[in-house]
Amino acid sequence: MHIPDGFLDVQTSVIFTGLSAAGVAVALKGARSQLDEKTAPLAGLTAVFIFAVQMLNFPVAAGTSGHLIGGALAAILVGPWAATLALTIVLLMQAFLFADGGLTALGASTFNMSIVGVWAGYGAFLLVRKILPKSKPSIPIAAAIGGFVSVPMAAISFTVQYAMGATATYSTTTVLGAMVGTHILIGIGEGLITGLTVSAVIASRSDLVYGWKNNAKSLEIRNA
Amino acid sequence: MLNNRKFYVAGFIVSLFLAGVVSFYASSSPDGLEKVAEEIGFIETAKENTNADVVLSDYGTKGVDNERASVGIAGVIGVLGTAVVAGVAFKLIARKPRKTKN
Repeated sequence: MHIPDGFLDVQTSVIFTGLSAAGVAVALKGARSQLDEKTAPLAGLTAVFIFAVQMLNFPVAAGTSGHLIGGALAAILVGPWAATLALTIVLLMQAFLFADGGLTALGASTFNMSIVGVWAGYGAFLLVRKILPKSKPSIPIAAAIGGFVSVPMAAISFTVQYAMGATATYSTTTVLGAMVGTHILIGIGEGLITGLTVSAVIASRSDLVYGWKNNAKSLEIRNA
Repeated sequence: MLNNRKFYVAGFIVSLFLAGVVSFYASSSPDGLEKVAEEIGFIETAKENTNADVVLSDYGTKGVDNERASVGIAGVIGVLGTAVVAGVAFKLIARKPRKTKN
């Protein structure tokens, strides 16, 4: 879902660069108070893993592929603030080193994946976690659903940008339908990868998983 | 439970393997956004990336003809580069100042 240069007009690109910069600044503040020496390496590894898996496009329908975004995955592993930062680092590397995603569109892409992808995925994860029994096996299931939801949400976010300032003039409703339809399919892959990865990390180091620790803690102290 | 060292080494090796080896088998079909843009027609408004001539453009290594090596090298460089940038960034972010508590 990396937007190339040219899709969006200058005004929209500037607006979303500003919004993303503000979002990253907030994330920086949140991550600073949440990360410590024990969890910081996992945030780094999460960025590395997401970079690697984003290279692995999987076929979803005739002539269409998708790849992991990783917003929900990162949020569940290291918390939503560090996740926004991890995704932003990945997008920066991709744009500058691999010319994947336009530089003028980087703010818009960051908004869709590092902010909407992360927070929509994390929000869905929290909702599902609340409904499921408070046990370890629930976490990968909630994670998978979070991953699934995050992709069409990011697609809707792109459509909003398209409506605000596309250089093309095709109807927004056509774009919305096509974006959501395609990205629901890609979301299935996102959900599977997210669920499997979270279950692998839970099996090996559940003490590091933000989405599990933070749940276990809320059983003891209720500060909601 | 894996110890810290084993866990991080394993995660890093898995990432290197995925980006360096498995990436060759990735689908080369357009991704969701690209496909939608093609079908509806707004793909025509896409401009070539301003830095489209970088050495690792589009996950290939310039000057390496073997496709498997070309994408593999790009993937390994990406993993190493991301590890350095993210590693340093998160280390700095997590560092707690001694005097003032945030």
